[in-house]
Amino acid sequence: MITLIDGLSLGSIYALIALGYTMVYGIAKLLNFAHGDVIMVGAYAIMVTLSYSLSPWVAVVVAAILCTVLGMLIEKIAYKPLRGASPLAVLITAIGVSYFLQGAAQIIFGSQSIPVGVAWKLPAVSAINKLGVSTAAAVTLISGVIIMSILTLFIKYTKTGRAMRAVSEDRGAAMLMGVNVNGIITITFAIGSLLAAFAGMFYLLQIPNTQPTLGAMPGITAFTAAVIGGIGSIPGAMVGGILLGVVEKFCLSSPLAPYTVAIKFSLLIIILLVKPTGLLGKVSREKV
Amino acid sequence: MALLEVKNLEVYYGVINALKGISFEVNEGEIVTLIGANGAGKSTTMQSIVGLIPKRSGTVIFDGKDISHTPCHKIVHLGMTQVPEGRRIFQELTVYENLLMGAFSIKDTSGFKRDLDAVYTRFPRLAERKNQVAGTLSGGEQQMLAMGRAIMSHPKLLMLDEPSMGLSPLLVDQIFEIIKDIHKDGTTILLVEQNAGKSLAISDRAYVLENGSIVMNGTGAELMASETVKEAYLGG
Repeated sequence: MITLIDGLSLGSIYALIALGYTMVYGIAKLLNFAHGDVIMVGAYAIMVTLSYSLSPWVAVVVAAILCTVLGMLIEKIAYKPLRGASPLAVLITAIGVSYFLQGAAQIIFGSQSIPVGVAWKLPAVSAINKLGVSTAAAVTLISGVIIMSILTLFIKYTKTGRAMRAVSEDRGAAMLMGVNVNGIITITFAIGSLLAAFAGMFYLLQIPNTQPTLGAMPGITAFTAAVIGGIGSIPGAMVGGILLGVVEKFCLSSPLAPYTVAIKFSLLIIILLVKPTGLLGKVSREKV
Repeated sequence: MALLEVKNLEVYYGVINALKGISFEVNEGEIVTLIGANGAGKSTTMQSIVGLIPKRSGTVIFDGKDISHTPCHKIVHLGMTQVPEGRRIFQELTVYENLLMGAFSIKDTSGFKRDLDAVYTRFPRLAERKNQVAGTLSGGEQQMLAMGRAIMSHPKLLMLDEPSMGLSPLLVDQIFEIIKDIHKDGTTILLVEQNAGKSLAISDRAYVLENGSIVMNGTGAELMASETVKEAYLGG
């Protein structure tokens, strides 16, 4: 039971990251491999803000704003000039952006890990802790559910959300309706990066150290989760993320612990063998 | 006065010259049709006018305004709406959401309910299926949805690209009735069709497109009477 809650909690971090991958893929049709590093930037933003003895709430706001702006800048500087270029060129650019962000963090902060400090620690809540669940896991899980519910409502019921779905399905037809596709792509990057900032925040609650490469592993795991769920599908990203989080925690608390990473990624291979589009993915239609 | 004026429009796909500098116009209140065989350049004309595909050269003037370089998503705001070839409704959105997308360009939402009711009255089938995902509709219903979606944007000029494509003869008749109806309500129509007989019958004027050039034009009746047109497009 405790393992399950820990798994769901870790899974909601993966789900938040996976949503960024899947939304950007669905709408801009590109794989933003720099997405994991936005989490890292968020984590450093929190660490730096706290080092000025500011409140953790300020740190959260700083990280959220910084990541959102960073996401929009990455899109504008790195991807927008490549609209219509071959997917391979875009993919290599994404890897380049990823190395750029990691390199920049290394130059500024060095490669050793830096603790975030005691201010970034949730108080003990005996009612929860008595059950064996850490406050961090509970906060992560509850916040994750709230954030994902808000996102789902936004996509389903707002004009912008509807336009995002329309662009993801047929960019040309959406343009004929008057949708500014470039604007929608920018908004998508902003939302994805904001979610990454939240993921970075929850990640720090579990592992309170920053490192230039800290985004790499959660990033690649969440990307795997997005593909498992069906890349482009928002519920798919949530399901895939939760699934991987639960599998990881159960593996870690079993004799199979040394094989956890191998099991996580084998899951991808097995699911794609059975259902090549991912769990909730749709067969892509080729358009003329 | 011409509502839409196309001058020397040229389009290339790579090295292939798909439109060789065509010129035509649509006057306010008319139904104008472009007829032609597969690959003559009809859809290319429609898509390049609204900026879905790039023009090599030429001018497009709509409602007195040069829109040759206007980005596609701004066109609908000017009062020109296109129902694209293959309908391209949003399959994963509901019928109602598709109609909402049709009204995307309308800033003033106060008339939305009235417009929606008007579409539901015109197409009762859509009202019955308003909460259904659009991909589950039949071909005819999807064409109706595509037209309903376009009307939601209050077009001065409605461009219809092959509205009868893939439909049964009975539905084709119905679609042409609807086009006449929409026209009667004061919308100017530019129609592209392979079904030359039916479209010439409802057209004020028409142009014949062949290999990227306009080879003939005249009133609907004139072209229907022409031996060349009869032979090539009306099945002798």
